[in-house]
Amino acid sequence: MRSISLQELAELASARGVTIGALALEWECQEAGEPAEALRGKMGERLRVMREAVARGLQGVKSRSGLTGGDAKLVAKGLAANASARLVGGEPLTTAISYALAVSEVNASMGRIVAAPTGGSCGILPGVLLSVGERVGATDESLIDALFTAGAAGSVIARRATVSGAAGGCQAECGSAAAMAAAAAVQLGGGTPQQCVQAVALSLKGLMGLVCDPVAGLVEVPCIKRNATSAGVALAAATMALAGVRSVVPPDEVVDAMGAVGRELPASLKETAVGGLAATPTGKRIAGQV
Amino acid sequence: MNSVFQIIGPVMVGPSSSHTAGAVLLGLAARSILGGQPVAARILLHGSFAQTYRGHGTDIALVAGLLGMAPDDERIPDSMRWAKELGLDASIESADLGDVHPNTVRMELTGADGRRLDITGSSIGGGNIVITRIGKFDVQFKGENHALVVSYKDQPGVIANITSILAGEHVNIATMNVSREAKHGTALAIIELDQPVSSEATALVAQVNGVSTVMSLPPLAVS
Repeated sequence: MRSISLQELAELASARGVTIGALALEWECQEAGEPAEALRGKMGERLRVMREAVARGLQGVKSRSGLTGGDAKLVAKGLAANASARLVGGEPLTTAISYALAVSEVNASMGRIVAAPTGGSCGILPGVLLSVGERVGATDESLIDALFTAGAAGSVIARRATVSGAAGGCQAECGSAAAMAAAAAVQLGGGTPQQCVQAVALSLKGLMGLVCDPVAGLVEVPCIKRNATSAGVALAAATMALAGVRSVVPPDEVVDAMGAVGRELPASLKETAVGGLAATPTGKRIAGQV
Repeated sequence: MNSVFQIIGPVMVGPSSSHTAGAVLLGLAARSILGGQPVAARILLHGSFAQTYRGHGTDIALVAGLLGMAPDDERIPDSMRWAKELGLDASIESADLGDVHPNTVRMELTGADGRRLDITGSSIGGGNIVITRIGKFDVQFKGENHALVVSYKDQPGVIANITSILAGEHVNIATMNVSREAKHGTALAIIELDQPVSSEATALVAQVNGVSTVMSLPPLAVS
Protein backbone atom coordinates (compact mmCIF):
# COMPACT_ATOMS: atom_id res chain seq x y z
CA MET A 1 0.00 0.00 0.00
CA ARG A 2 1.16 3.48 -0.83
CA SER A 3 1.50 6.20 1.75
CA ILE A 4 -1.75 8.00 1.03
CA SER A 5 -4.63 9.62 2.93
CA LEU A 6 -8.21 8.32 3.05
CA GLN A 7 -9.36 11.43 1.21
CA GLU A 8 -6.79 10.90 -1.56
CA LEU A 9 -7.79 7.23 -1.81
CA ALA A 10 -11.45 8.15 -2.25
CA GLU A 11 -10.70 10.91 -4.78
CA LEU A 12 -8.33 8.77 -6.82
CA ALA A 13 -10.75 5.84 -6.90
CA SER A 14 -13.66 8.11 -7.90
CA ALA A 15 -11.64 9.85 -10.61
CA ARG A 16 -10.67 6.51 -12.12
CA GLY A 17 -14.12 5.00 -11.67
CA VAL A 18 -12.82 2.03 -9.65
CA THR A 19 -13.20 0.82 -6.07
CA ILE A 20 -10.64 1.60 -3.36
CA GLY A 21 -9.99 -2.15 -3.28
CA ALA A 22 -9.08 -2.16 -6.99
CA LEU A 23 -6.49 0.57 -6.37
CA ALA A 24 -5.06 -1.32 -3.38
CA LEU A 25 -4.80 -4.50 -5.44
CA GLU A 26 -3.05 -2.66 -8.29
CA TRP A 27 -0.42 -1.24 -5.90
CA GLU A 28 -0.02 -4.56 -4.11
CA CYS A 29 0.73 -6.19 -7.47
CA GLN A 30 3.39 -3.59 -8.22
CA GLU A 31 5.05 -3.94 -4.83
CA ALA A 32 4.89 -7.73 -4.60
CA GLY A 33 5.68 -8.23 -8.30
CA GLU A 34 2.83 -10.72 -8.54
CA PRO A 35 -0.14 -10.88 -10.95
CA ALA A 36 -3.55 -9.68 -9.76
CA GLU A 37 -5.00 -13.16 -10.11
CA ALA A 38 -2.49 -14.60 -7.61
CA LEU A 39 -3.22 -11.89 -5.05
CA ARG A 40 -6.97 -12.25 -5.51
CA GLY A 41 -6.47 -15.95 -4.88
CA LYS A 42 -4.47 -15.20 -1.73
CA MET A 43 -7.29 -12.97 -0.46
CA GLY A 44 -9.83 -15.62 -1.50
CA GLU A 45 -8.01 -18.08 0.74
CA ARG A 46 -8.45 -15.64 3.63
CA LEU A 47 -12.15 -15.36 2.81
CA ARG A 48 -12.36 -19.16 3.01
CA VAL A 49 -10.66 -19.20 6.46
CA MET A 50 -13.13 -16.54 7.65
CA ARG A 51 -16.10 -18.64 6.50
CA GLU A 52 -14.72 -21.77 8.15
CA ALA A 53 -14.23 -19.91 11.44
CA VAL A 54 -17.83 -18.64 11.35
CA ALA A 55 -19.17 -22.16 10.71
CA ARG A 56 -17.03 -23.65 13.46
CA GLY A 57 -17.91 -20.97 16.01
CA LEU A 58 -21.65 -21.27 15.36
CA GLN A 59 -21.45 -24.93 16.35
CA GLY A 60 -20.17 -23.83 19.76
CA VAL A 61 -16.54 -23.83 20.95
CA LYS A 62 -14.95 -23.39 24.39
CA SER A 63 -11.85 -21.32 25.14
CA ARG A 64 -8.73 -22.94 26.59
CA SER A 65 -9.26 -21.18 29.91
CA GLY A 66 -12.91 -22.30 29.99
CA LEU A 67 -13.97 -18.69 30.60
CA THR A 68 -15.81 -18.13 27.34
CA GLY A 69 -17.51 -19.81 24.39
CA GLY A 70 -20.96 -20.84 23.22
CA ASP A 71 -22.41 -17.34 22.88
CA ALA A 72 -22.37 -17.35 19.06
CA LYS A 73 -24.42 -20.55 19.17
CA LEU A 74 -26.82 -18.95 21.64
CA VAL A 75 -27.43 -15.92 19.40
CA ALA A 76 -27.75 -18.11 16.29
CA LYS A 77 -30.27 -20.30 18.09
CA GLY A 78 -32.37 -17.25 18.91
CA LEU A 79 -32.26 -16.27 15.25
CA ALA A 80 -33.21 -19.74 14.02
CA ALA A 81 -36.13 -19.94 16.45
CA ASN A 82 -37.23 -16.59 15.03
CA ALA A 83 -37.76 -15.31 18.54
CA SER A 84 -38.63 -11.94 17.07
CA ALA A 85 -39.40 -10.29 20.39
CA ARG A 86 -35.82 -10.91 21.46
CA LEU A 87 -34.27 -9.84 18.15
CA VAL A 88 -34.77 -6.15 18.72
CA GLY A 89 -31.92 -5.41 16.32
CA GLY A 90 -33.54 -7.38 13.52
CA GLU A 91 -32.09 -10.17 11.39
CA PRO A 92 -29.13 -8.34 9.78
CA LEU A 93 -27.67 -7.09 13.07
CA THR A 94 -28.31 -10.41 14.81
CA THR A 95 -26.54 -12.35 12.06
CA ALA A 96 -23.55 -10.01 12.12
CA ILE A 97 -23.35 -10.35 15.91
CA SER A 98 -23.51 -14.15 15.81
CA TYR A 99 -20.78 -14.32 13.12
CA ALA A 100 -18.51 -11.87 14.97
CA LEU A 101 -18.91 -13.84 18.21
CA ALA A 102 -18.28 -17.09 16.33
CA VAL A 103 -14.94 -16.02 14.87
CA SER A 104 -13.79 -14.44 18.15
CA GLU A 105 -14.71 -17.57 20.07
CA VAL A 106 -12.80 -19.73 17.60
CA ASN A 107 -9.81 -17.44 18.14
CA ALA A 108 -10.02 -17.89 21.93
CA SER A 109 -10.24 -21.66 21.47
CA MET A 110 -6.93 -21.66 19.53
CA GLY A 111 -8.72 -22.23 16.26
CA ARG A 112 -7.71 -20.87 12.85
CA ILE A 113 -8.66 -17.26 12.06
CA VAL A 114 -7.49 -14.31 9.96
CA ALA A 115 -6.06 -11.45 12.02
CA ALA A 116 -8.09 -8.43 10.87
CA PRO A 117 -6.22 -6.35 11.80
CA THR A 118 -5.34 -8.33 14.98
CA GLY A 119 -6.28 -11.61 16.66
CA GLY A 120 -8.25 -9.82 19.37
CA SER A 121 -10.40 -8.00 16.80
CA CYS A 122 -10.66 -10.81 14.25
CA GLY A 123 -14.46 -11.27 14.42
CA ILE A 124 -15.64 -7.84 13.30
CA LEU A 125 -14.66 -7.84 9.62
CA PRO A 126 -15.91 -11.38 8.84
CA GLY A 127 -19.04 -10.75 10.94
CA VAL A 128 -20.00 -7.69 8.92
CA LEU A 129 -18.62 -8.74 5.52
CA LEU A 130 -20.19 -12.20 5.42
CA SER A 131 -23.58 -11.21 6.87
CA VAL A 132 -23.95 -8.21 4.56
CA GLY A 133 -22.58 -10.27 1.67
CA GLU A 134 -25.23 -12.94 2.17
CA ARG A 135 -27.99 -10.37 2.34
CA VAL A 136 -27.04 -8.53 -0.84
CA GLY A 137 -26.11 -11.74 -2.66
CA ALA A 138 -22.48 -10.74 -3.17
CA THR A 139 -20.23 -12.94 -5.30
CA ASP A 140 -16.88 -14.13 -3.92
CA GLU A 141 -15.24 -11.75 -6.37
CA SER A 142 -17.00 -8.74 -4.86
CA LEU A 143 -16.31 -9.98 -1.31
CA ILE A 144 -12.61 -10.22 -2.20
CA ASP A 145 -12.68 -6.70 -3.64
CA ALA A 146 -14.38 -5.49 -0.43
CA LEU A 147 -11.59 -7.16 1.59
CA PHE A 148 -8.99 -5.19 -0.40
CA THR A 149 -10.96 -2.00 0.37
CA ALA A 150 -11.02 -2.93 4.07
CA GLY A 151 -7.29 -3.68 3.94
CA ALA A 152 -6.57 -0.32 2.31
CA ALA A 153 -8.52 1.50 5.03
CA GLY A 154 -6.70 -0.47 7.75
CA SER A 155 -3.38 0.25 6.10
CA VAL A 156 -3.97 4.02 6.21
CA ILE A 157 -5.00 3.75 9.89
CA ALA A 158 -1.91 1.67 10.74
CA ARG A 159 0.35 4.24 9.09
CA ARG A 160 -1.29 7.41 10.47
CA ALA A 161 -2.21 6.02 13.92
CA THR A 162 -1.89 2.41 15.12
CA VAL A 163 -3.81 -0.86 15.09
CA SER A 164 -2.13 -2.22 18.23
CA GLY A 165 -4.02 -2.44 21.52
CA ALA A 166 -0.79 -2.14 23.47
CA ALA A 167 0.01 1.12 21.67
CA GLY A 168 -3.46 2.66 21.30
CA GLY A 169 -6.06 0.74 23.33
CA CYS A 170 -9.05 -1.19 22.00
CA GLN A 171 -10.11 1.76 19.84
CA ALA A 172 -7.02 0.95 17.75
CA GLU A 173 -7.94 -2.74 17.41
CA CYS A 174 -11.74 -3.05 17.48
CA GLY A 175 -12.12 0.56 16.31
CA SER A 176 -9.91 -0.03 13.29
CA ALA A 177 -11.59 -3.37 12.58
CA ALA A 178 -15.03 -1.71 12.67
CA ALA A 179 -13.78 1.04 10.35
CA MET A 180 -12.46 -1.55 7.90
CA ALA A 181 -15.68 -3.58 8.13
CA ALA A 182 -17.83 -0.48 7.59
CA ALA A 183 -15.87 0.46 4.45
CA ALA A 184 -16.37 -3.07 3.12
CA ALA A 185 -20.09 -3.00 3.95
CA VAL A 186 -20.60 0.34 2.18
CA GLN A 187 -18.93 -1.04 -0.93
CA LEU A 188 -21.08 -4.20 -0.84
CA GLY A 189 -24.12 -1.97 -0.42
CA GLY A 190 -23.27 -0.13 -3.62
CA GLY A 191 -21.78 2.97 -1.99
CA THR A 192 -19.13 5.27 -3.45
CA PRO A 193 -15.45 5.40 -2.42
CA GLN A 194 -16.22 8.69 -0.63
CA GLN A 195 -18.99 6.94 1.34
CA CYS A 196 -16.52 4.16 2.22
CA VAL A 197 -14.11 6.60 3.87
CA GLN A 198 -17.01 8.40 5.57
CA ALA A 199 -17.97 5.05 7.10
CA VAL A 200 -14.36 4.68 8.33
CA ALA A 201 -14.65 8.06 10.09
CA LEU A 202 -18.08 7.33 11.58
CA SER A 203 -16.93 3.96 12.98
CA LEU A 204 -13.75 5.34 14.52
CA LYS A 205 -15.71 8.19 16.09
CA GLY A 206 -18.17 5.70 17.58
CA LEU A 207 -15.43 3.71 19.27
CA MET A 208 -12.92 6.47 20.03
CA GLY A 209 -11.40 6.20 23.48
CA LEU A 210 -12.29 2.54 23.95
CA VAL A 211 -9.75 1.04 26.37
CA CYS A 212 -7.96 -2.32 26.21
CA ASP A 213 -8.53 -3.96 29.62
CA PRO A 214 -8.40 -7.74 29.17
CA VAL A 215 -9.33 -9.70 32.27
CA ALA A 216 -6.35 -11.84 33.31
CA GLY A 217 -4.58 -10.62 30.16
CA LEU A 218 -6.55 -13.08 28.04
CA VAL A 219 -8.07 -12.31 24.63
CA GLU A 220 -11.51 -13.24 25.96
CA VAL A 221 -13.18 -10.86 28.42
CA PRO A 222 -14.29 -8.35 27.19
CA CYS A 223 -12.69 -8.86 23.76
CA ILE A 224 -15.13 -11.42 22.36
CA LYS A 225 -18.28 -9.41 23.10
CA ARG A 226 -16.57 -6.20 22.01
CA ASN A 227 -16.18 -7.81 18.61
CA ALA A 228 -19.96 -8.20 18.50
CA THR A 229 -20.74 -4.65 19.66
CA SER A 230 -18.11 -3.24 17.30
CA ALA A 231 -19.76 -5.09 14.41
CA GLY A 232 -22.94 -3.23 15.40
CA VAL A 233 -21.10 0.10 15.31
CA ALA A 234 -19.74 -0.79 11.86
CA LEU A 235 -23.25 -1.53 10.56
CA ALA A 236 -24.57 1.74 12.03
CA ALA A 237 -21.71 3.68 10.41
CA ALA A 238 -22.19 1.94 7.05
CA THR A 239 -25.95 2.59 7.16
CA MET A 240 -25.37 6.29 7.80
CA ALA A 241 -22.69 6.59 5.12
CA LEU A 242 -24.85 4.82 2.52
CA ALA A 243 -27.69 7.24 3.30
CA GLY A 244 -25.34 10.13 2.55
CA VAL A 245 -24.49 11.16 6.13
CA ARG A 246 -21.04 12.77 6.33
CA SER A 247 -18.68 13.10 9.28
CA VAL A 248 -18.22 16.77 10.20
CA VAL A 249 -14.58 16.05 11.06
CA PRO A 250 -12.94 14.67 7.87
CA PRO A 251 -11.87 10.97 7.91
CA ASP A 252 -8.10 11.58 8.04
CA GLU A 253 -8.46 14.00 10.94
CA VAL A 254 -10.55 11.39 12.77
CA VAL A 255 -7.79 8.79 12.26
CA ASP A 256 -5.17 11.24 13.56
CA ALA A 257 -7.36 12.01 16.59
CA MET A 258 -7.69 8.29 17.35
CA GLY A 259 -3.88 8.01 17.25
CA ALA A 260 -3.52 10.99 19.57
CA VAL A 261 -6.10 9.61 22.03
CA GLY A 262 -4.21 6.31 21.98
CA ARG A 263 -0.96 8.01 22.93
CA GLU A 264 -2.72 9.88 25.76
CA LEU A 265 -4.39 6.79 27.22
CA PRO A 266 -2.54 5.64 30.35
CA ALA A 267 -0.56 2.39 30.19
CA SER A 268 -3.05 0.79 32.62
CA LEU A 269 -5.66 0.89 29.83
CA LYS A 270 -3.47 -0.42 27.01
CA GLU A 271 -3.37 -4.22 27.16
CA THR A 272 -1.58 -4.45 30.51
CA ALA A 273 -4.55 -6.06 32.32
CA VAL A 274 -4.13 -3.52 35.14
CA GLY A 275 -7.10 -1.14 34.71
CA GLY A 276 -10.72 -1.13 33.57
CA LEU A 277 -12.56 -4.46 33.69
CA ALA A 278 -9.33 -6.25 34.60
CA ALA A 279 -9.23 -4.23 37.85
CA THR A 280 -12.77 -5.10 38.97
CA PRO A 281 -13.22 -7.58 41.87
CA THR A 282 -14.43 -10.19 39.40
CA GLY A 283 -11.60 -9.45 36.99
CA LYS A 284 -9.05 -9.88 39.76
CA ARG A 285 -10.69 -13.06 41.02
CA ILE A 286 -10.54 -14.57 37.52
CA ALA A 287 -6.92 -13.48 37.16
CA GLY A 288 -6.10 -15.33 40.38
CA GLN A 289 -7.70 -18.50 39.02
CA VAL A 290 -6.12 -18.78 35.57
CA MET B 1 2.42 -2.47 7.43
CA ASN B 2 3.11 -1.94 3.74
CA SER B 3 0.96 -4.78 2.50
CA VAL B 4 -2.82 -5.13 2.84
CA PHE B 5 -2.06 -8.78 3.64
CA GLN B 6 -0.44 -7.62 6.88
CA ILE B 7 -3.74 -5.92 7.78
CA ILE B 8 -6.05 -8.71 6.55
CA GLY B 9 -3.77 -11.39 7.93
CA PRO B 10 -1.84 -13.36 8.88
CA VAL B 11 -3.92 -16.51 8.87
CA MET B 12 -3.16 -17.86 12.33
CA VAL B 13 -4.24 -20.05 15.17
CA GLY B 14 -5.49 -17.78 17.97
CA PRO B 15 -5.82 -16.16 20.31
CA SER B 16 -3.06 -13.54 20.11
CA SER B 17 -0.92 -12.33 17.23
CA SER B 18 1.88 -11.41 19.67
CA HIS B 19 1.56 -14.17 22.29
CA THR B 20 0.57 -17.04 20.00
CA ALA B 21 1.44 -16.42 16.32
CA GLY B 22 4.61 -14.49 17.27
CA ALA B 23 5.60 -17.29 19.65
CA VAL B 24 5.24 -19.88 16.87
CA LEU B 25 7.53 -17.74 14.69
CA LEU B 26 10.11 -17.44 17.49
CA GLY B 27 10.13 -21.25 17.76
CA LEU B 28 10.43 -21.59 13.98
CA ALA B 29 13.27 -19.07 13.87
CA ALA B 30 15.16 -20.91 16.62
CA ARG B 31 14.63 -24.21 14.82
CA SER B 32 16.03 -22.94 11.55
CA ILE B 33 18.99 -21.22 13.23
CA LEU B 34 19.79 -24.48 15.04
CA GLY B 35 19.51 -26.20 11.66
CA GLY B 36 16.76 -28.67 12.49
CA GLN B 37 14.45 -29.89 15.19
CA PRO B 38 15.99 -29.86 18.67
CA VAL B 39 15.78 -32.99 20.82
CA ALA B 40 15.64 -30.92 24.01
CA ALA B 41 14.46 -27.37 24.73
CA ARG B 42 14.51 -25.52 28.03
CA ILE B 43 12.15 -22.59 27.43
CA LEU B 44 12.51 -19.55 29.71
CA LEU B 45 9.63 -17.07 29.55
CA HIS B 46 10.07 -13.45 30.61
CA GLY B 47 7.68 -10.62 31.49
CA SER B 48 4.24 -10.70 29.88
CA PHE B 49 5.13 -14.06 28.30
CA ALA B 50 5.73 -15.46 31.80
CA GLN B 51 2.58 -13.91 33.25
CA THR B 52 0.04 -14.82 30.58
CA TYR B 53 1.46 -17.80 28.70
CA ARG B 54 -1.13 -20.34 29.84
CA GLY B 55 -4.17 -18.44 28.60
CA HIS B 56 -2.49 -17.49 25.31
CA GLY B 57 -0.90 -20.87 24.67
CA THR B 58 2.49 -19.16 24.34
CA ASP B 59 4.25 -22.28 25.67
CA ILE B 60 2.61 -24.67 23.24
CA ALA B 61 3.03 -22.16 20.41
CA LEU B 62 6.80 -22.01 21.01
CA VAL B 63 7.00 -25.81 21.05
CA ALA B 64 4.90 -25.95 17.86
CA GLY B 65 7.39 -23.62 16.16
CA LEU B 66 10.33 -25.73 17.33
CA LEU B 67 8.55 -28.72 15.73
CA GLY B 68 8.33 -26.83 12.43
CA MET B 69 4.64 -25.92 12.51
CA ALA B 70 3.53 -22.66 10.85
CA PRO B 71 1.36 -20.14 12.78
CA ASP B 72 -1.80 -21.40 11.05
CA ASP B 73 -1.16 -25.10 11.75
CA GLU B 74 -4.20 -26.59 13.46
CA ARG B 75 -1.99 -29.09 15.32
CA ILE B 76 -0.66 -26.22 17.48
CA PRO B 77 -3.09 -26.84 20.40
CA ASP B 78 -1.78 -30.44 20.54
CA SER B 79 1.89 -29.54 20.14
CA MET B 80 2.94 -31.00 23.51
CA ARG B 81 1.66 -34.41 22.39
CA TRP B 82 3.37 -33.98 19.02
CA ALA B 83 6.61 -33.10 20.85
CA LYS B 84 6.56 -36.49 22.56
CA GLU B 85 5.84 -38.20 19.26
CA LEU B 86 8.56 -36.31 17.36
CA GLY B 87 11.20 -36.69 20.08
CA LEU B 88 11.40 -33.19 21.56
CA ASP B 89 11.79 -32.99 25.33
CA ALA B 90 10.53 -29.49 26.20
CA SER B 91 10.33 -27.80 29.59
CA ILE B 92 8.74 -24.43 30.38
CA GLU B 93 9.92 -22.05 33.13
CA SER B 94 9.41 -18.42 34.09
CA ALA B 95 12.56 -16.32 34.37
CA ASP B 96 13.78 -12.75 34.69
CA LEU B 97 15.86 -12.16 31.56
CA GLY B 98 16.72 -8.59 32.57
CA ASP B 99 16.06 -5.36 30.72
CA VAL B 100 14.42 -6.82 27.63
CA HIS B 101 11.09 -6.53 25.76
CA PRO B 102 8.14 -7.80 27.88
CA ASN B 103 7.45 -10.60 25.40
CA THR B 104 10.84 -12.28 25.47
CA VAL B 105 11.86 -15.93 25.53
CA ARG B 106 15.19 -17.73 25.81
CA MET B 107 15.31 -21.16 24.27
CA GLU B 108 18.19 -23.37 25.41
CA LEU B 109 18.30 -25.95 22.66
CA THR B 110 20.08 -29.24 22.11
CA GLY B 111 20.27 -30.45 18.52
CA ALA B 112 20.06 -34.03 17.31
CA ASP B 113 23.87 -34.02 16.98
CA GLY B 114 24.26 -32.94 20.62
CA ARG B 115 25.11 -29.32 19.71
CA ARG B 116 23.84 -26.81 22.28
CA LEU B 117 22.64 -23.34 21.31
CA ASP B 118 20.84 -20.65 23.31
CA ILE B 119 18.56 -18.38 21.27
CA THR B 120 16.72 -15.34 22.66
CA GLY B 121 13.99 -13.43 20.88
CA SER B 122 11.00 -11.14 21.40
CA SER B 123 7.52 -10.91 19.94
CA ILE B 124 7.16 -7.22 19.19
CA GLY B 125 3.49 -7.01 18.11
CA GLY B 126 1.17 -8.08 15.32
CA GLY B 127 3.04 -11.34 14.84
CA ASN B 128 6.36 -9.61 14.20
CA ILE B 129 9.43 -10.97 15.96
CA VAL B 130 13.08 -10.18 16.48
CA ILE B 131 15.84 -12.60 17.46
CA THR B 132 18.14 -10.68 19.82
CA ARG B 133 20.76 -13.23 20.83
CA ILE B 134 22.24 -16.32 19.22
CA GLY B 135 24.71 -18.16 21.44
CA LYS B 136 27.16 -15.56 22.68
CA PHE B 137 26.22 -12.96 20.08
CA ASP B 138 23.82 -10.02 20.32
CA VAL B 139 21.95 -9.73 17.03
CA GLN B 140 18.93 -8.01 15.49
CA PHE B 141 17.28 -10.51 13.20
CA LYS B 142 13.64 -10.20 12.19
CA GLY B 143 13.43 -13.05 9.72
CA GLU B 144 11.75 -10.90 7.07
CA ASN B 145 14.16 -11.89 4.29
CA HIS B 146 16.17 -14.86 3.17
CA ALA B 147 19.27 -14.98 5.36
CA LEU B 148 22.62 -16.64 5.84
CA VAL B 149 23.82 -17.12 9.41
CA VAL B 150 27.58 -17.72 9.32
CA SER B 151 29.87 -18.37 12.27
CA TYR B 152 33.59 -17.97 11.57
CA LYS B 153 36.96 -17.02 13.01
CA ASP B 154 37.41 -13.23 13.15
CA GLN B 155 40.15 -12.62 10.56
CA PRO B 156 40.59 -10.42 7.48
CA GLY B 157 38.89 -11.45 4.24
CA VAL B 158 36.19 -13.81 5.45
CA ILE B 159 33.32 -11.39 4.83
CA ALA B 160 34.86 -10.31 1.50
CA ASN B 161 35.01 -13.94 0.35
CA ILE B 162 31.41 -14.58 1.40
CA THR B 163 30.05 -11.45 -0.27
CA SER B 164 31.91 -12.19 -3.50
CA ILE B 165 30.27 -15.64 -3.63
CA LEU B 166 26.89 -13.92 -3.19
CA ALA B 167 27.74 -11.37 -5.87
CA GLY B 168 28.63 -14.22 -8.24
CA GLU B 169 25.14 -15.65 -7.62
CA HIS B 170 23.53 -12.24 -8.30
CA VAL B 171 22.14 -12.31 -4.78
CA ASN B 172 21.63 -8.84 -3.31
CA ILE B 173 22.45 -8.17 0.35
CA ALA B 174 19.63 -6.33 2.16
CA THR B 175 21.29 -5.95 5.58
CA MET B 176 24.35 -7.37 7.28
CA ASN B 177 24.92 -7.71 11.01
CA VAL B 178 28.42 -8.75 12.14
CA SER B 179 29.49 -9.31 15.74
CA ARG B 180 32.37 -11.07 17.44
CA GLU B 181 33.18 -12.57 20.79
CA ALA B 182 36.65 -10.97 20.84
CA LYS B 183 39.33 -9.79 18.42
CA HIS B 184 40.44 -12.88 16.45
CA GLY B 185 37.78 -14.86 18.34
CA THR B 186 34.57 -16.42 17.06
CA ALA B 187 32.37 -14.11 15.02
CA LEU B 188 28.82 -14.30 13.69
CA ALA B 189 27.44 -12.70 10.55
CA ILE B 190 23.73 -12.49 9.77
CA ILE B 191 23.37 -11.57 6.13
CA GLU B 192 19.81 -10.78 5.03
CA LEU B 193 19.23 -11.20 1.31
CA ASP B 194 16.71 -10.17 -1.33
CA GLN B 195 16.97 -13.54 -3.08
CA PRO B 196 17.45 -17.09 -1.81
CA VAL B 197 20.95 -18.61 -1.95
CA SER B 198 21.40 -21.85 -3.88
CA SER B 199 22.62 -24.89 -1.96
CA GLU B 200 25.76 -24.83 -4.14
CA ALA B 201 26.57 -21.28 -3.06
CA THR B 202 25.84 -22.14 0.57
CA ALA B 203 28.32 -25.01 0.26
CA LEU B 204 30.92 -22.62 -1.22
CA VAL B 205 30.43 -20.25 1.75
CA ALA B 206 31.00 -23.20 4.10
CA GLN B 207 34.38 -23.82 2.39
CA VAL B 208 35.63 -20.25 2.90
CA ASN B 209 38.78 -20.25 5.01
CA GLY B 210 37.81 -19.51 8.64
CA VAL B 211 34.09 -20.35 8.32
CA SER B 212 32.84 -22.98 10.75
CA THR B 213 29.07 -23.18 10.23
CA VAL B 214 26.60 -21.82 7.66
CA MET B 215 22.83 -21.84 7.96
CA SER B 216 20.58 -20.73 5.09
CA LEU B 217 17.22 -19.50 6.40
CA PRO B 218 14.00 -18.83 4.52
CA PRO B 219 11.95 -15.71 5.37
CA LEU B 220 9.93 -16.31 8.54
CA ALA B 221 7.44 -13.48 8.59
CA VAL B 222 4.07 -14.67 7.36
CA SER B 223 1.58 -12.37 5.80
